[in-house]
Amino acid sequence: MQHSTGYIVGFAVAICLVCALLVATSAVGLKDRQDANKLLDRQTKVLTVAGIMEDGADLSREEITSLFGTAINQKLIDLQTGQPNDEIDVATFDQRAAAKDPATSFEAPENDSKVRRLPNNALVFDVVEDGELKALILPIEGYGLWGTLYGYIALAPDARTIVGITFYEHKETPGLGGEVDNARWKALWPGRLAFNDRGAVSIAVKKGAAGPPADDPYNVDGLSGATITSRGVTALLRFWLGENGFGPYLESYRAQAGV
Amino acid sequence: MSDVSPREAFIDPLFNNNPIALQVLGICSALAVTTKMSTALVMCAAVVAVTALSNVSISLLRNHIPSSIRIIVQLTVIASLVIITDQVLQAFVYSTAKELSVFVGLIITNCIVMGRAEAFAMQNPPKLALIDGVANGLGYSVVLMAVALFRELLGSGSIFGYTILTPVNQGGWYVPNGLMLLAPAAFFLIGCFIWAVRSWKPEQIEEEFHVGALLELSNEGNLR
Repeated sequence: MQHSTGYIVGFAVAICLVCALLVATSAVGLKDRQDANKLLDRQTKVLTVAGIMEDGADLSREEITSLFGTAINQKLIDLQTGQPNDEIDVATFDQRAAAKDPATSFEAPENDSKVRRLPNNALVFDVVEDGELKALILPIEGYGLWGTLYGYIALAPDARTIVGITFYEHKETPGLGGEVDNARWKALWPGRLAFNDRGAVSIAVKKGAAGPPADDPYNVDGLSGATITSRGVTALLRFWLGENGFGPYLESYRAQAGV
Repeated sequence: MSDVSPREAFIDPLFNNNPIALQVLGICSALAVTTKMSTALVMCAAVVAVTALSNVSISLLRNHIPSSIRIIVQLTVIASLVIITDQVLQAFVYSTAKELSVFVGLIITNCIVMGRAEAFAMQNPPKLALIDGVANGLGYSVVLMAVALFRELLGSGSIFGYTILTPVNQGGWYVPNGLMLLAPAAFFLIGCFIWAVRSWKPEQIEEEFHVGALLELSNEGNLR
């Protein structure tokens, strides 16, 4: 069947309009639900690393929101000064988007974790129980073997002892580097020390097995068959706990808490 | 093509003319999303939805689409459907949608969808096209779920996340086969699947391919 040029152009325009309308409707109509999912996802991860919620536990939306509301205090800090920043709404803050936007980020100093840009502000969490601080939760990220690992680390109120670590997004080889999200490996972290007596970041994922936390506080078992992922984890912890990461924040916290 | 009965349109793509096993289409996603059965299941549902809806829409429009721009019209319709599917998944099954990440978007490039739109929906009424779309999606799903079953069971010792063989790193006895979690394992499994289907239905075996035949052809037609 032959069609005139006018018909063809008209048909193409009509199809494009209809399709664009459908796509736009679905994107706008479902946005609230998607945003709620993202927020819930973040809250679940924070609760897991704080040890309040078990890994993979199946809780309802309301339970997670109420647990998060009572136990977690979220706040934005200025990454370079370590001081709290109240000017931006915490609920809608997206740290990854902020790190990408030139207006809200700055170039990261040379580092082994391939972190290129740092956000001006970072979202950190306090775990509070009966008005008492139980742990500090910091977001961490850095390059492993195939891609960037994203996670959280929880420190005890002495800002030195590790309470927990979790990686919620990574592209490491399943069964090898992918074991960074293995619950048994993550269980090796609590009780180890992130900083030595002089305040330098000393935690490292070593090759082979480490001793129990009491004898070997600065080392964690390496992941077998995943030397580069293990090194990546060490590098990203050194970076984020160091002076270019959360150093200023931890410094001001220590001064305030007197630890 | 109008002599196809609804029954044939449904049964054929499952085994006789399976999109993966016989036509060897849609392999890329079959490699990527089959390490876990639950993600494979969501992917299958997404593909069934897209093939069914795209077949119906194309079939409804088949008498109006100018043939000079038909491929691009099909692509526009399919791409829109895939984006909508992706949005729905992100809104309702967020954690699985996150694991599927780009592969939902890549349904656009899944040859099955466009292959059916062009080969079937353009010539058949909407009802038959719907059956054909669903059946091709299911044919894809059968292979995907079979591959995922082996990969998850042998690679992680579980089925749908429930531990069947307790792996050593969780204190059990089963040493997981790491290869199963890597992409090549899906190739081996799909190969075995094709072998099994063709032993069962020998008429699917293609005529032996001669390198000489291609050479002759290239001499004649100056194909290079």
